[in-house]
Amino acid sequence: MTTGFADRHGVVAATFAAEEIHILRGLIGELIELIRDEAAPTSEPPEDTLAALVGHLGPSEPPDDAVLARLFPSAYTDDDEAAAEFRRFTEHGLRDGKVKNAETVLETLGDPRFSDRVTVSLKPDEVEAWLRTLTDLRLALGTRLGVEQDDEERWEKLPENDRRRQVYGVYIWLGWLQESLVNAISRPK
Amino acid sequence: MVTGTAPVELERPDVEDVVRPDVPWVTIVWNDPINLMSYVTYVFQTYFGYPRKKAEKLMMDVHVRGKAVVSTGTREEMERDVEAMHSYGLWATLQKSDSA
Repeated sequence: MTTGFADRHGVVAATFAAEEIHILRGLIGELIELIRDEAAPTSEPPEDTLAALVGHLGPSEPPDDAVLARLFPSAYTDDDEAAAEFRRFTEHGLRDGKVKNAETVLETLGDPRFSDRVTVSLKPDEVEAWLRTLTDLRLALGTRLGVEQDDEERWEKLPENDRRRQVYGVYIWLGWLQESLVNAISRPK
Repeated sequence: MVTGTAPVELERPDVEDVVRPDVPWVTIVWNDPINLMSYVTYVFQTYFGYPRKKAEKLMMDVHVRGKAVVSTGTREEMERDVEAMHSYGLWATLQKSDSA
């Protein structure tokens, strides 16, 4: 098991077991798929529309999927028109950014086929991509599970073999990993 | 955004004091049960350039009161801030400051 991220002589790094790399790769792959899938335009806009001239604008409606709705929330609570406008002009870019961060994390992960332990060393821009992707993964798992404030006991009471308890375990592990990364870059050098 | 040295940061007024009539929009970050307190503090420090103490206070306001005004400015500036908060995975909205 990894001991989390730490500042090793000025380099932020963590050593992962092969199994942990597999888990991270699997989750990130699913995240990318989720974000990309609904981003695909359903049809080409007709040639005479404004959209055809300026390129694809994003959707104006919030995503149906609960995780996507949490990743791309409405910017206005009291103005549907402004919320739709904001979404049209930002959601594509936000989706691209999240996918790029996730891909950056995948690139840093290394290949466990060649070793049962992989050390991941991060440059500053890679740290940023990791922090954001760990957040997106936790938002995805937490939203799917229905995690609420201070509800740890609810999950600990589930039977050992309950799938939700296992997912919750991964969710907690991702949070612990993220905390170690925030700490590793916050400590005075 | 100012990310300067300590003396500059000390001159930054508290959010409560910067609601001016010529910049009548605010960015609000809402509490959610998932994001880590340490990460939210990191985002406020990194994106807004707030000193650690101010970032921690805002994070606690979000956590305890359910939401906090984290920046003030023109509508365009607040839309930029909200977009940035969403890129960090924080739940943020903007509105006119008189309805905050």
